[in-house]
Amino acid sequence: MARITAGVGSSHVPLLGVAVDQGKTRDEYFGPIFAGYDWTRDWEKAEKPDVILLVYNDHASAFDANIIPTFAIGCGEHYKPADEGWGPRPVPDVEGHADMAWHIAQSLILDDFDMTIINEMDVDHGLTVPLSMMFGQPDEWPAKVVPLAVNVVTYPVPSGNRCWALGEAIARAVESFPEDLNVQIWGTGGMSHQLQGPRAGLLNREWDNRFMDLLVGDTQAARAIPHIEYLRETGSEGIEMVMWLIMRGALGAKTRLLHRHYHIPCSNTAIGHIVLEPVT
Amino acid sequence: MSGIRDIHAYLAEFDDIPGTTVFTAARARKGYHLNQFAMSLMKAENRERWKADEAAYLSGWKLTEAQRAAVVARDYNAMMAEGGNIYFLSKIFSTDGIPFAEAVSTMTDQSWPEYRQMMMDGGRSPEGNRSIRASRAAEGGTDNEGAR
Repeated sequence: MARITAGVGSSHVPLLGVAVDQGKTRDEYFGPIFAGYDWTRDWEKAEKPDVILLVYNDHASAFDANIIPTFAIGCGEHYKPADEGWGPRPVPDVEGHADMAWHIAQSLILDDFDMTIINEMDVDHGLTVPLSMMFGQPDEWPAKVVPLAVNVVTYPVPSGNRCWALGEAIARAVESFPEDLNVQIWGTGGMSHQLQGPRAGLLNREWDNRFMDLLVGDTQAARAIPHIEYLRETGSEGIEMVMWLIMRGALGAKTRLLHRHYHIPCSNTAIGHIVLEPVT
Repeated sequence: MSGIRDIHAYLAEFDDIPGTTVFTAARARKGYHLNQFAMSLMKAENRERWKADEAAYLSGWKLTEAQRAAVVARDYNAMMAEGGNIYFLSKIFSTDGIPFAEAVSTMTDQSWPEYRQMMMDGGRSPEGNRSIRASRAAEGGTDNEGAR
């Protein structure tokens, strides 16, 4: 049986992809950011996940303003890196796990989550930057990926509670997949950042760290945080943190902290990173 | 359940955040063609056509005069006011070859070097930046909606 063995939360700042692609990861600016991922890169080498359920948001790349799915799951065989305006990132194509993705999609729909199914799309920095942070620059990504895209752009975005509940349903779906697979779930994006308007540049170290506190152990307090609190406290784009709650929800009643890292700033944002395992 | 039953109250709260334009459905509707235009710059051939003749390229899109003027001026606050969303608008400054943080800084009251230094120093503090109503009350003003 497939099993979720760990959860990873991570920012997915596009500038980090630039740093990787241009070999700047150990310079003065990026050094402290990438050092925070050293532990995780070593850990991933030992863990060897077969499949990563990668929760992220599309940044107007695969989806334009025409179709806006709240929750969408990639059921395709593979995905190319998107051209976001400066050409596609020089990273490997992402290999999907279509059998597992279709299984999860069906299970979620029967579990009352109205998923949008995607067969063909390009994946942007929201998905490829976390892969680079966790795996470096391999010739091919060492795990298959099931992309799970969440609308956190056009309001209303899904509530934190709904995201947590989706994570719980994902865990049920994975557990019923018959193949023996080591599955991780990653929640990406987020930490405080505001990318627009006169209030741009807002960072909130205290709030970000309190949020990460709430992912460890057995409290479910984070699922009740309303949208307006994310917006006021962490900036307009800090709402991306609801995606971490899908990851947390999928880990079950209780989690144990394996690794945690926080740094300010990375481009316009705070960068946070956490590795959790379920306590059974 | 999100616990939200009153969508009007839910949306009204967004207007109380200083210096912030939340991308509501109303703005998504207003900015549809503006955002689709920006999105089109993800294709290399469109970027070339755009760089060759901005006015000609824009004429192919159903933008309002205000939207067109904001794009030509690279006035990102004005584009946001006209329904733009930063993830879509980022295709414009990416095509211009300007880093995300630098483009964002043009929406603030700071120069790019000042903005960059503010981020290095820990970013803009949430203190005093959470709520227009709260700031007004702290200044001894009124919490009356009619006073806006």
